[in-house]
Amino acid sequence: MTQSRVLVIGGGLAGLSATMRLAELGVHVDLVSLVPVKRSHSVCAQGGINSVNAVTRQQGDNEYKHLDDTVYGGDFLQHQPPVKEMADWAPRIIDLMDRLGVPFNRTPEGFRDQRRFGGTLYKRTSFAGATTGQQLLYSLDEQVRRWEAEGRVKKWEFWDFLEPVMDDDGRCIGAVCQDMVTMKFKAFSADAVILASGGCGLLYGRSTMSMICTGSAVSRAYKAGVKYGNAEFIQVHPTAVPGADKLRLMSESARGEGGRVWVPRKAQDARDPKDIPVAERYYFLEERYPEYGNLVPRDIATREIFDICTTDGLSVDKDRLCVYLDLTHIPRETLDRKLGGILEIYEKFQGVDPREAPMKIFPAVHYSMGGLWVDYEKSETGGLLEGSPRNQQTNITGLYAIGECDYQYHGANRLGANSLLSCIFSGLFCASGVIAGAKKNTRDETSPDFVSAVKRQEERHQAILSRPVGDSNPYDIHRQLGDIMTRTATVVRRNEQLSQAYDEVCQLENVWEHCSLSDTGNWTNQNVIFTKSVGDMFPLAKLILKGALLRDECRGAHYKPDFSMPGIAATEPAEQKAEAERWCDRFEENTRKWLKSTIGVHGDDGHPVITYEDIDTTLIPPRPRLYGLVGGEVIEQVWKERSEKATEPVTVG
Amino acid sequence: MISASTSTIPEVEPEEKRVPQEIRVRVLRQDAPSEESYWQQFAIPYEPNMNVISVLQRIAAIAKSQDGRRVPPVAWDCACLEEVCGSCAMLINGRARMACSSLVDNLFEETPGEIELRPLTKFPVVRDLSVDRGRIFNSLERVKAWVPVDDSYDHGPGPRISPEEQEDAYPLTTCISCGCCMEACPQFNKIEVVQREGETADDFDARKQTAYDEQFLGPHAISQAVLFNSHPTGSMNSDERMQALTGRGGIQMCGNAQNCVAVCPKRIPLTRSIARAGRAATVWAIKKFFDR
Ligand SMILES: Cc1cc2nc3c(=O)[nH]c(=O)nc-3n(C[C@H](O)[C@H](O)[C@H](O)COP(=O)(O)OP(=O)(O)OC[C@H]3O[C@@H](n4cnc5c(N)ncnc54)[C@H](O)[C@@H]3O)c2cc1C
Ligand code: SF4
Ligand code: SF4
Ligand code: FES
Repeated sequence: MTQSRVLVIGGGLAGLSATMRLAELGVHVDLVSLVPVKRSHSVCAQGGINSVNAVTRQQGDNEYKHLDDTVYGGDFLQHQPPVKEMADWAPRIIDLMDRLGVPFNRTPEGFRDQRRFGGTLYKRTSFAGATTGQQLLYSLDEQVRRWEAEGRVKKWEFWDFLEPVMDDDGRCIGAVCQDMVTMKFKAFSADAVILASGGCGLLYGRSTMSMICTGSAVSRAYKAGVKYGNAEFIQVHPTAVPGADKLRLMSESARGEGGRVWVPRKAQDARDPKDIPVAERYYFLEERYPEYGNLVPRDIATREIFDICTTDGLSVDKDRLCVYLDLTHIPRETLDRKLGGILEIYEKFQGVDPREAPMKIFPAVHYSMGGLWVDYEKSETGGLLEGSPRNQQTNITGLYAIGECDYQYHGANRLGANSLLSCIFSGLFCASGVIAGAKKNTRDETSPDFVSAVKRQEERHQAILSRPVGDSNPYDIHRQLGDIMTRTATVVRRNEQLSQAYDEVCQLENVWEHCSLSDTGNWTNQNVIFTKSVGDMFPLAKLILKGALLRDECRGAHYKPDFSMPGIAATEPAEQKAEAERWCDRFEENTRKWLKSTIGVHGDDGHPVITYEDIDTTLIPPRPRLYGLVGGEVIEQVWKERSEKATEPVTVG
Repeated sequence: MISASTSTIPEVEPEEKRVPQEIRVRVLRQDAPSEESYWQQFAIPYEPNMNVISVLQRIAAIAKSQDGRRVPPVAWDCACLEEVCGSCAMLINGRARMACSSLVDNLFEETPGEIELRPLTKFPVVRDLSVDRGRIFNSLERVKAWVPVDDSYDHGPGPRISPEEQEDAYPLTTCISCGCCMEACPQFNKIEVVQREGETADDFDARKQTAYDEQFLGPHAISQAVLFNSHPTGSMNSDERMQALTGRGGIQMCGNAQNCVAVCPKRIPLTRSIARAGRAATVWAIKKFFDR
């Protein structure tokens, strides 16, 4: 039998784990990436990767609770079977990465050490210094290099994916890519194509993401007909360090290791923070969320930090919004051992030692929960059926999506240290299904489907290069797009602003159509590659804005104050109870109306067409997410009574 | 004061601390491989807290040289902007370092008001500041820098490892394959293979890899070989690694000049790795002698 051939776009954690597993199963893999895969964005991940482990298990933890934390943290907006499967696989994935040589931190006895991350009460997070993503990526990169040496994998680095190619039956049979050095185009024929192209943070101008996270590959797939799910759910990380070129992440592990967030009680207190007595410090997360303290889920921490600076006016600096993230009470030696890498980043880029002075941080765009729509096949036990070609397959047969670029695992909000897991999981897990569904593709790159696709791309490229000299340039347009998106589609969202932003983005897209290039050559022309990727940001930006505009509710990272459900105002127990009943009524109604994935399809007129998809919540019924809500206990009590009633056996009379 | 940005506000102003108005940047450009290189000057407004990446971004956005001519933007590589992807190595004021972690304010202490950018000299120029560093990865393949696991199925956890062993290995695993150490190494010479007329991409690539195979591995690869030889499972194919280390272009090429360790942005203990590799090579040679 001839060897099957799979094309993988992207060599981050997701793409590399899929490549490794496919190669192991005898498939030839062509691996395409904008940069050498070892330089993919996954290297940036600092904090760690989640799984139930031997210790937490003995403290009452299990895979079901990992599933529960993930869907509760995600505000129930994800299908539960894939999440269950992921949580079940997690311990095995950590074991595997351990075997591959990832230098996880160790306990004195030589076991893997774990720390606690946001949104859970267990220490589930394994970590390798403060560079967990780098270490995970390298160990997969090494395995893939091993397969490359065997001739099973061929890498195409510094190549840009431009479009998937479909046959007459609509089945994906390959793709067109461009060599970013020679600027030549090439068609890749394949039995299946896997997109593993990561997030789209650059839509927001500056974010915590790498310069290659343009979302271009995803946008091109979307324009070719792939459905996109939950676009409006963009995670804003609570703690980043503002910089001119990038907003550098300060990992949640800084709080996991005991970092405390505070502001002086007196606005813009000019004293050295160390001279401010404890009584004059406002540890607002600890005060407002006694149970989780500094480790509340991300969306909540973000909103609180944002609010304390904007609404309460308690920003540490006047001209730059920020709060303190303080580690100075922790011994130097501990900090160096557990957080060395990230503290060095702060020191290197800010010129201040965070072991000596509290860091100044503010929220920044960090992760896209939404992504390409993918399917799954449910197993009898409520997880996924291994080997089913439907798993991770988009609505185009033969075209798969894995890692940050799919919409599958994190719902309305991702828990810290769950993304590295979903990337490796989806990569490993999809392989058997991809092989089962692969259909020997007999067309080679000279067949008409490929030839016409290449021609189309060459023409687009040429048209951009030959635009007349104008006065707008792609860098400016990108900055403007980032400003609009950051202003309107991050922490707080309002309908008037969103619809205005939508119009502005459409106008800006027109400006882009005429922006001129400063380089019209045909050798390593980064100018034209960037211009194309900026152009491809518009469809996704419109999708995010439209999705956010239509979704009149608050869920996870999507927060609209006009539709928020405040806590209980009453003080009398009876009134409280009545209010809680009304709250729960409203919650149930909202669930019926909005507990649905937003599905976007690229319309012929360039505007997204939005529909909604029901969610499989068969494992864990949705319940209110009450972190820190005033009167939360009363609501919880009422909710409990209702759910007990709902599950009581019905007596047939 | 705490923040770097506030410390640049000129309060009392000693002569040398005066904030410059603009940044003059000299870039050694080259349009393509085998073309002549040439200098070009740029001037951009100074802002506090800039790094060399933001300088290059400003240059790309204005796309004009200092004398106002429209010029194509300078080509360079970057991705993470936080010194962890290894993309952005170049010669900044003559020294191999990372553009993203090179802060303008610090560079001005060397050359006030001016910055000089050149591509690394030990790797073939692709264009301007972008160079072909495929050889770095070729070396990793030569020393088999991986753990030879049976497969990616579940076989339980990896070997128990003491915190001391972990702390010993960890720094070596943070190598970002940037090429700075190779740039500084007197024993690491540039290999430039030029594509022949009519040669296919595959043939050209194969010829390149063969040319690299004969040459010095470089300090980073020696260090990776040490890393994997010290891993309990990794050591199972240490013989193959030792073969590469003691073969052509291996450890014997190293003259122990220690330039490498001085420029490594991740402060990887390269000299310690090289010393370990040297000792291991000696032991291995003796063992091989008696095994004959
Ligand atoms: C600063 C930071 C810290 C983080 N820390 C954590 C953490 O501690 N724990 C956690 O679980 N998660 C963390 N995350 C999230 C996590 O790192 C990412 O979600 C994850 O690494 C994404 O991996 P991926 O494989 O999907 O994509 P990536 O690693 O982004 O890789 C994408 C690949 O696609 C390629 N590509 C993209 N576009 C194209 C194109 N047009 N043509 C060809 N190739 C293309 C790229 O070259 C690259 O190889 C963090 C994220 C950030 C930003
Ligand atoms: S010690 Fe060896 S590897 Fe390092 S610079 Fe000197 S010769 Fe090169
Ligand atoms: S050893 Fe240091 S200088 Fe050399 S490639 Fe690695 S990180 Fe760069
Ligand atoms: S851009 Fe990644 S190391 Fe500088």
